Amino acid sequence: MGDHHHGPATGIGRWLFTTNHKDIGTMYLWFSFAMFILGGTFAMIIRAELFQPGMQLVEPGFFNQMTTLHGLVMVFGAIMPSFVGLANWLIPMMIGAPDMALPRMNNWSFWILPPGFLMLASTLFMEGGAPAFGWTFYAPLSTTYAAPSVTFFIFAIHILGVSSIMGSINIIATVMNMRAPGMTYMKMPLFVWTWLITAFLLVAVMPVLAGAVTMMLMDIHFGTSFFSAAGGGDPVLFQHIFWFFGHPEVYIIILPAFGVVSQIIPAFSRKPLFGYASMVYATASIAFLSFIVWAHHMYTVGMPVAGELFFMYATMLIAVPTGVKVFNWITTMWRGALSFETPMLFCIGFLILFTIGGFTGLMLSIAPADFQYHDTYFVVAHFHYVMVAGAVFSMTAAVYYWLPKWSGRMYNETMGKVHFWISFVGFNITFFPQHFVGLAGMPRRIPDYALQFADFNMMSSIGAFIYGASQILFLYNVLATIIAGEKVTDEKVWDGAEGLEWTIPTPAPYHTFEVPPKLDAAHA
Amino acid sequence: MVGGNVMRSALMALMALPAAAFGDNQVNMSPGVTTIGAEIYDLHMLIMIICVVIGIGVFGVMFYSIIYHRKSRGVVPSQFHESTKVEVAWTVVPFLILIGMAVPATSTLLEVYDNDDAELDILITGHQWKWKYEYLDESGENVSFFSNLATPQEAIYNTDQKGEHYLLEVDEPLVLPVDTKVRFLITANDVIHSWWVPEIAVKRDAIPGFINETWTKITEEGIYRGQCTELCGAYHGFMPVVVHAVSREEFNAWMGAKRADEAAQVAAAAMDLSLDELMSKGEAVYNAQCLACHGAQGEGGVGNAIAGSAIALGDIGTHLDVGIKGVAGTAMQAFGRQLNDVDMAAVITYQRNAFGNNTGDVIQPSDVASHKQG
Repeated sequence: MGDHHHGPATGIGRWLFTTNHKDIGTMYLWFSFAMFILGGTFAMIIRAELFQPGMQLVEPGFFNQMTTLHGLVMVFGAIMPSFVGLANWLIPMMIGAPDMALPRMNNWSFWILPPGFLMLASTLFMEGGAPAFGWTFYAPLSTTYAAPSVTFFIFAIHILGVSSIMGSINIIATVMNMRAPGMTYMKMPLFVWTWLITAFLLVAVMPVLAGAVTMMLMDIHFGTSFFSAAGGGDPVLFQHIFWFFGHPEVYIIILPAFGVVSQIIPAFSRKPLFGYASMVYATASIAFLSFIVWAHHMYTVGMPVAGELFFMYATMLIAVPTGVKVFNWITTMWRGALSFETPMLFCIGFLILFTIGGFTGLMLSIAPADFQYHDTYFVVAHFHYVMVAGAVFSMTAAVYYWLPKWSGRMYNETMGKVHFWISFVGFNITFFPQHFVGLAGMPRRIPDYALQFADFNMMSSIGAFIYGASQILFLYNVLATIIAGEKVTDEKVWDGAEGLEWTIPTPAPYHTFEVPPKLDAAHA
Repeated sequence: MVGGNVMRSALMALMALPAAAFGDNQVNMSPGVTTIGAEIYDLHMLIMIICVVIGIGVFGVMFYSIIYHRKSRGVVPSQFHESTKVEVAWTVVPFLILIGMAVPATSTLLEVYDNDDAELDILITGHQWKWKYEYLDESGENVSFFSNLATPQEAIYNTDQKGEHYLLEVDEPLVLPVDTKVRFLITANDVIHSWWVPEIAVKRDAIPGFINETWTKITEEGIYRGQCTELCGAYHGFMPVVVHAVSREEFNAWMGAKRADEAAQVAAAAMDLSLDELMSKGEAVYNAQCLACHGAQGEGGVGNAIAGSAIALGDIGTHLDVGIKGVAGTAMQAFGRQLNDVDMAAVITYQRNAFGNNTGDVIQPSDVASHKQG
């Protein structure tokens, strides 16, 4: 097998011109890790300034540039591309396909990302500075009152959007057309299911974001007034459009994470996933609900009471399918034979912390209570519990879990466990006290704060430095594994792992499933 | 509400436990000084406790599994993986719990939205980066003023001690009578701001071109502090809200004094002042409004230098334009509606004669007024 095929090309050309899903997946993963470090650096600057009351290191305007770029880089540069990378590596291997359906477009959707982010980062060096209006870029702060660099920001968002849409079309086409014979929809691994649904969300909402930034562009340069009351527009219209994209975006980030956890927990519980069908239905329900809850980000803009009630009830409903998922994962562990390798530790960390983030999400859904929580550090704590402990922890789990299959080498388990514990402790020291300062009245996005918030902010900063430093350990462990890790050759690296990707040789050859696999009884 | 009060005191006792561990740091929402605030607090505690109880159950099962169903104990994993009954149960039960939460939430929300029968109307306008308060009067005799951050730059930049109310203090607070339903009309002059005071549980966005409505009825006299909660530019963190809640008698006395003060200012605007008077008044205005950006010696900083500047030494009309209309696209605000004509005349005169700018120009309030007319 494989004698008609050559291996990868050599030199830089291999990476520039590749149409191989594994190469492209690898590039996505490294790119997103680089962005994770960049966005993390911005976070460290934020936490260093907030270490003590008073302005010490940066000016308030620059502080706002840091919070804005931190959010944008983490959401669009780190988390989203990392899951696209994972999809590229895993979806063909999980459904028994030789590659993605549209390999040339796959190359293009990756390679427009680095220029996009280069353009975004270059705004830091422009006159007037980088965008300083928050990652949510509310008008008119982001239009009439923005620095000239906003135009570059708009163009960067367009490029990232195009990349995401192309990536999603590719995933949809692959999953729908390239499954191995016998792999019906309801036999697909849950990671494939969650990505299929995510891809539909992306195709639906990225154009809405593109519309929002185009309207900004028109307001700034062509004299329109979409978001200015003086010309018959409405600043709140911007928020409606933004969050119609923004809320599904939250699930775009978390659904693939659900998929990862649904693969890993059964493997280390040595027991099939509990309630596979209900997991699929719950994912679909969450995706549907994500389209009708957007204005819960806007309870204080002065909507009519009927609107507030609708969005409150719809938002509360999301707790039901999300709860089903958590219950299913825990029941999967119940009476299994558990072991706690690094991927499992990160999944358990995910389960605990994501559930806490879900609880605070439920609290935030209650409109009258949100009048007190809105735009405080309580919200900052909430979304970092779901974004970092949700998406980033599960992504980390995924890297540890599949790295031996990708590279044919085993990571250092002790170092992995140390990485988990430092991350877990550092994360909680950072973000748990933020619930307290938020409830006590500290607004978000401020460069300086009243003295009563000093102790918890210092604690938060220390935690952030610990969590930040633990990522260096992660990088070291991954590099050491790839270069000199202990070789593994078992097809099934983990004894409890299930799925087609564990039936191919380790390390995964450059081309896999050139002949569609026959699903055996266990998989069919 | 007796039940609510009992629950609240029980909860406060419970919260005292972590509070003891954290010293003086506030770790929870304040029930505040309004009935709405207390209801929101009860709602917050109710939902939080439901979540904590569910959390203990869920995590309890998980940790039981982690401890007793370990591979290292030699257990054999079961292979069960489906049960429609259980799935239905854990779909329906949470749904019922949610209905239990939605009922009190709905009733509180309807109260928050009941803006009728207010006894006092106040227009709140967010500016970059200060609040303007205007007490609306049916006869059209409105009283209005700006409320600026009172914390000195030296404290912010760590060259001086930080006071007890660092960043939460203003030159002129909003004064409200207690036991009076006050309606707030909230809007903004430039970008979106959000007016929030945690202890009276009012947070509403201030949106340029639109007016939002909300209300409060404070039950206890006191000073309540809050902040802008919507990112509004570089100095978003530096536009606090301070509310003085006083008795109705005190409020009426304060309002009387405020009106007399405004009348005096109108009279002053019609008179001509001497250079000395203008200079001393101008220095005070400069220190409050200009110093942060233009420096104590007019040397500049965030803003351009005033000492020896072409504007301060050049045409008076241009100088007035900059002061009144601001400079678009920069941090230089339009002070025309923030300063009255006397203060504007004084500060322009001061800038043209201080810091070695000795132009000898004297600008009178009437000059400012006629310049504004065009």
